[in-house]
Amino acid sequence: MTTSASLARTRHVVAHANEIKPGERKLVEIAGRPIALFNLNGEFFAIGDKCPHEAGSLCKGKLGSFADSDEPGKYRLTHLGEVIKCPWHGWEFDIRTGQSYCDPQQVRVRSYETGVAHGGDLLKGPYKAETFKVTVEEDYVVINL
Amino acid sequence: MNDLANFSNASAIKLKPGIFGHPAIDCDVHIAVPSTEALMPYLDAYWYDAFRSRGINRTSFTMTGDAPNAPMAARPDWRPKDARPGSDLALLQKGALDGFGSSIAIANCIFGGVALHSEDIAAALCKAVNDWVTEQWLNKEPRLRASILVPLNSVELAIEEIERRASDKRFVQVLMLAMGHDLLGKRQHWPIYEAAQRHKLPINIHAGSLYHHPPMAGWGSFAYEDYVAQAFSFENQVLSLVSEGVFQKFPDLKFVLSESGVTWLPACLWRFNKTWRGVRPEIPWVKRIPGDIVRENIRLTLQPFDAPDHSGAVERFVDQMKSDRMLLFSTDFPHWHFEGTDALPVAASSALTKRMLLDNPLETYPRLRETLDISEVAA
Repeated sequence: MTTSASLARTRHVVAHANEIKPGERKLVEIAGRPIALFNLNGEFFAIGDKCPHEAGSLCKGKLGSFADSDEPGKYRLTHLGEVIKCPWHGWEFDIRTGQSYCDPQQVRVRSYETGVAHGGDLLKGPYKAETFKVTVEEDYVVINL
Repeated sequence: MNDLANFSNASAIKLKPGIFGHPAIDCDVHIAVPSTEALMPYLDAYWYDAFRSRGINRTSFTMTGDAPNAPMAARPDWRPKDARPGSDLALLQKGALDGFGSSIAIANCIFGGVALHSEDIAAALCKAVNDWVTEQWLNKEPRLRASILVPLNSVELAIEEIERRASDKRFVQVLMLAMGHDLLGKRQHWPIYEAAQRHKLPINIHAGSLYHHPPMAGWGSFAYEDYVAQAFSFENQVLSLVSEGVFQKFPDLKFVLSESGVTWLPACLWRFNKTWRGVRPEIPWVKRIPGDIVRENIRLTLQPFDAPDHSGAVERFVDQMKSDRMLLFSTDFPHWHFEGTDALPVAASSALTKRMLLDNPLETYPRLRETLDISEVAA
């Protein structure tokens, strides 16, 4: 792959799209950086694998939902299947945004743009960030780092 | 006798600088019922007769943890001769008010009647004490404010007492104990909190126990253990209030911890915060880190302050809590925590001094402003 200096907003092919089935995840590495890649009902999401707390592997965490409440004693679930829980201390992160739910003001993990691109497109080299859009095509999962 | 008719705006208190250079509001001084006999004029006919015929008037409602003969119960110069500490108005005026030049002092009357299993006798006693406080203290000393004493075993009757006092703005908070029958976060208490928030009355959690449960994990043997363990019970209560979601339900309600020792709080919050991050889904109504909730809703009176004086401990507390809004000046008169006027564990010149003496009390007790002429402290 490329050197880290030239990585800004570079597309990286990290997997074959049908290699990660809906509900599955894969730990990938780009320039030494571990990234947890999730297939959520056909949509792909990528977040930094290291929990900002003590660097537990989020890819090994349990994927669940967000317990929410409008008032004490009332419980409801939202973000069904979209919240990853660090296997070490249970910190929760939204895999769509990297947003932490255990201290939203202070803690988040980096999230990365992902897309599934057609094989031919990848030969065109890096896309500019401002024009790159997540496209759902086929063949490859691409992370925009 | 309970209304504000004799306390019009014309007689509103003017704030004047005290001995530390700023106007001072002393948020915890103690007054004591000299004997149950003193409450007899404040009972209705039924209870007057019942107290006489059952000998209740000869019962001392001294709290077990508040032994009047203990040295700490009163400084030698603040201890009246042949009377209960805190029962002498002149001594309180001289020691607590004039002695520190305090413009206002908030009086807590710790009285064992709150503990009775008979809800009705407890309520009759609380009503009598609050009437007695009004007539014997508030009406005689315009610088005094007081807490509403409520029966702790009856939510319904506690609310009745709060409603009875609410129109008298000299009652500025509701008094509860650090160790009652159950944890204070539990929903059974919430109607009390609803009434308190509606009337802008903070809840004062004061050291003290009904001994319905051991003060520690079991029953200790010594008064020493009992006194030290009070601080642990405050931790329990703060944890309960946060986890049960009291502050989600009553965001404007403040809880004031009195005689808590203060300095345990930052270490305790580290544990609250750390653990919450991992088990948040259990209490999903807690949407902010517990430390933030505590910072906004919990206040602590200053004395006794568990750290060496002038050691930087107050500043460290403020730094660790990321807030200079939490500490409220108190002397804890007549209790013996310091000599002379050495009630401030920081230098009088510290920026924290004015916050603790004046700003924080005014922010914590909104009703204080209603009996104060604050034109001079608007800045």
